[in-house]
Parts: sequence; C-alpha cells; structure tokens
Amino acid sequence: MGKVLELNNVKKSYKLGFIPKKKQVLKGVSFYVNEGEIFGYLGPNGAGKTTTIKCILNLIFPEAGEIKIFGEDSLRPRARQKVGFLPENPYFYDYLTGREFLVFYADLLGLHGQKKQEKINYLLKLVGMERAAELQLRKYSRGMLQRIGLAQALLNDPALVILDEPMGGLDPIGRKEFRDIIVNLKKEGKTVFLSSHILQDIEMICDRVAIILAGEIINQGYLGDLISEKVLYTEITVAGVPAEEFQGLGESLSSRGDRVLLKVYEESNIEKVLNLTLQKKGKIVSLVPRTETLEDIFVNMVKNQ
Amino acid sequence: MKITTIARNTFKEAKRDRVLYLLFFFAAICLLFSRFLALLTVGDRVKIIKDVGLASIQLFGMLMAILMGTGLVYKEIDKKTIFTLLAKPIHRVEFLLGKFLGLVLTIFIMTVLMAVIFLLILFLHTFTIEWSILIAILYIFFELCLMTAVALLFSTFTTPILASLYSLGFYLIGHLSWSLEILIKKVKSGVGRAALQVLYIILPDLENFNFKTEVVHKLPIPTKLLGISFVYGLVYTAFILLLAMLIFRRRDFI
Repeated sequence: MGKVLELNNVKKSYKLGFIPKKKQVLKGVSFYVNEGEIFGYLGPNGAGKTTTIKCILNLIFPEAGEIKIFGEDSLRPRARQKVGFLPENPYFYDYLTGREFLVFYADLLGLHGQKKQEKINYLLKLVGMERAAELQLRKYSRGMLQRIGLAQALLNDPALVILDEPMGGLDPIGRKEFRDIIVNLKKEGKTVFLSSHILQDIEMICDRVAIILAGEIINQGYLGDLISEKVLYTEITVAGVPAEEFQGLGESLSSRGDRVLLKVYEESNIEKVLNLTLQKKGKIVSLVPRTETLEDIFVNMVKNQ
Repeated sequence: MKITTIARNTFKEAKRDRVLYLLFFFAAICLLFSRFLALLTVGDRVKIIKDVGLASIQLFGMLMAILMGTGLVYKEIDKKTIFTLLAKPIHRVEFLLGKFLGLVLTIFIMTVLMAVIFLLILFLHTFTIEWSILIAILYIFFELCLMTAVALLFSTFTTPILASLYSLGFYLIGHLSWSLEILIKKVKSGVGRAALQVLYIILPDLENFNFKTEVVHKLPIPTKLLGISFVYGLVYTAFILLLAMLIFRRRDFI
C-alpha cells in the first residue's frame, strides 16, 4: 500500500492586520495518507484544517516542510492531475447552470466530446442533481451546491479526493447520502481525505484519522487503535420499578413516568439490576453498553491541551 | 486549451456585468451628442464629430478596461471561486492569461460596437467613409489592451477601488509623460538628465497610441511611427502582464 499523500513538518504563518502581526497557523504538521483508505482529518474550528488543505493544493505556500502527492512535489500542477477537491462552503460562478458549471471544469481538465457528456450525466446522477442541472447555481441551496461541488471534484476521475467539511449544511438524509457516496468512492479504489469537525461522520466511515489542534497534530492512527473497545459504563432503562430500589447499584440519571434511566459502572451490578427488576415485576426497556467514542478522545485531548 | 476555457468564461462573466452596458450606453449618447455639438460649431463640423467621437471611444473604453479589469481577479478571490479553479491542474499563469484574453475580447467587441455607431454617424453626415479613421481606433484599442493589463496587475494584489485609482493614475501619467521629453531637452546633461531619461523610459507614454490629431486633420502618418507604437504597446503590455504573473504566482489565497 503506497502513500498517496505525505506531509512533512509543514509550517505556515499568516501576517494579519494593518501592522502585520505574525500568527503561526501550522506548527510543523506531518502525516500521511495510505492508498485506498478514507482518512479523517479532525479538529475544532480554527485548528488549521483548511490551511493544511490549501497547502496541499498549492493555494497557499508553506514556509517550511514538504508535501508530496503520489510522490510528486505538490508545487507542480502535474501533482494535482489525479486530485479532486471540494472546498468548504463551495462558491461557484452563480450565473452558470449546474450543467454549464460542470462543462466548464470538464473543459479545463481537457475532457471533450461524448466522453465529457457521459461523465457529466453520470456525475449528475451520482450526486442526485439531474433534475436541477438546468437551473442556475444562484438558485441552489447550500446542500445542492455541496452536491454539484462534489460532482465537480470527481470530474477528472481522481485517485485522491480531498473534501473539506463536506457534510456541513446538509440535512440528515443528505449526510447519509454523502456518506454512502464517500464509502462507494473507497470501494472504487479511490483514496478519500476528509476534513471535519463532525465526529460521528468520521467515526462511521474513516479508516485512519489525524487530530489537529492549534496547528499541531496531536494524535494519528487507525481508528480502532485510538478508540478502545472497553465498556465505560452501561445505560439501563427500566420500567415499573421506582428509582430508590436501585440505590447503590448505579447512578439514576433521570426518571420519567415509571421509567428510570440508570448508569451502571460495575459489570457485576448489571446482573443485580436485572434480577431486581424481574423480582419486582418490572420491565427492562433497554440496555446499552457505552464504549469510548472518538468524541471522548477528542474532548479529552482538547481539554488536556 | 485551458487558457481559452478561462477566457471564454471570463467573457461570459463580463457580458453579464451591468457596468459594461452602462458605459456603452453613455458612450452611445456621447457619440450621438457629437452630432448636435457639430451644429453649434462654426467652420468644419466634421472635425468636431471626429474629435468628440474618438475621444468618447477612448474615454469609455478606458473606463470599461479599468472598471472590469480591476474587478476581475479580485472577484474570483473574494468569492472564493478561485479555490476550485486553481486546485485543478492548471498553472496560475494560465489563469491570469485566460482572464486577460477574455477581457481583451470583451473590450474588442465593445470598441467595435462603439466604432460602428461612430462611423454610422459620420457616414450620415458626410456620406463617405474614411478608412484612415480606423487606424486611430485600432491604436485606441491597443491602448485599451495595455490598460486592461494594468488593471489586471493592480487587481492581483489590491481591492477594486484602489486598483481603479492606481490604474487611473497610470492612465493620467501615461498621457502626461510626454512633457518629460520636453523637460529632458531643456535640462543640461548630467545626473539630472540621466535620471529623467530613466524615468521617462519606465513611465508609460500613452501618447504613442494617439493618432487622433493626424486622422482628424488628415495629416500623413509615417508607417514607421505606426510600427514603433505597435511594438511599444506589445512590449509594454507583455511587461505589465509579466509583472502581474510574478505577483500572482506566489500569492497566498487565504
């Protein structure tokens, strides 16, 4: 498995304000993305996610470090031949229709003739925008722009797709569809680089993640390695038994009507709760073991910093 | 290929700009007005039509070049459309050249339209067409190309309003720098004169493109002068574009 994208000690600072004041945004970022994986790039707002992506795509120039795409220096336009990019809050020429917009980018990429039309039709269908293809982009909603933006990113049949906050502005159904599309890209053998602060999305589909905080990578690796399988506690919802009965066995989080939600830490106590409930002719509504989530890790790390 | 795609899109965008039509509308009014102005003139009325007509084409062409040229790159950066564009495997130089050519095409079409109105008014008055007048218009167009490049240069690093002011400054300097030539002749040779000569070479001399007087008064135009002016325009435009590329090549798009 080769490395598709490699960043080595990338540094970048901006000079802002009337009297320029240097602000270091990336303080030596290093990570790599393997071929065929979905790589999650995680960090809170302002951590440097978009700056990293702009460095990769040569929209800004890092002061130090090197970036390699498919082993080629990112400074060469040729390195971007097999890269697709969807920016955060995509902005496009709003006077073009969806189809014209795709035609414009297809022309830029050197596609033409029958192949171009086929590709555009295929992508419009893929992102579910066939019906809005003849509508001007100014009339698109944010979710629609996101979709047509994804189509644009896939025009050159990229081997590496870079998505900056792709799920932002999408409704739950749209997010699900986007996730499916991304997973399908992986099935097709493409590598996906996904930046997000929405943890569930990353947790659901990413193979490996890197967590960036204030311009530094504070953790990276396989999701399975980062998240332990250990059960932190178990949540049990019981009906028909008053909360007082469970004193000492677990923490009563809430009780509504005759339902009680218990947070049980010790495994031996789970059985006791179940037995007690059956004895008192109560009902077990649900029993959910809580394992560590990416969110826990993330929140912990941010706190520690 | 990539350059033409960007040029075509730029043209498409320019076509939608209301400023363009507004300026064209005023240019048309000015051209028509020259006919009425002629009525008030004692003597050669045709000269007035030619004078006012050519000046209108130049003035409004210049405004089009500056106002559209300065907004061009800035809008792409401001609206962030440049992110997806430059993420594609294209050189920044190609982007800039495409923008330039797209705008030059727009300016060309506008100049042609203004010229048609102008020639029509002239024809209705004299019932002849003087082809020599086209030379003056052609060189106005060359000047407008240079002004487009200048506007583009400024728009690569500053806001449209500042870029417009800078471009206007360039235009004014360009049309007044010929007086430096006179000054050079009057200054004694030495450091001062050498400095003035260097300054004169660096500063644009847009009067090189001015053949209005010759055309209006039907004076002979030496072919050599036409050649020199053409080369001057070509070299200066290329120089300005090169400068724009140097700035644009290393620019960060935050």
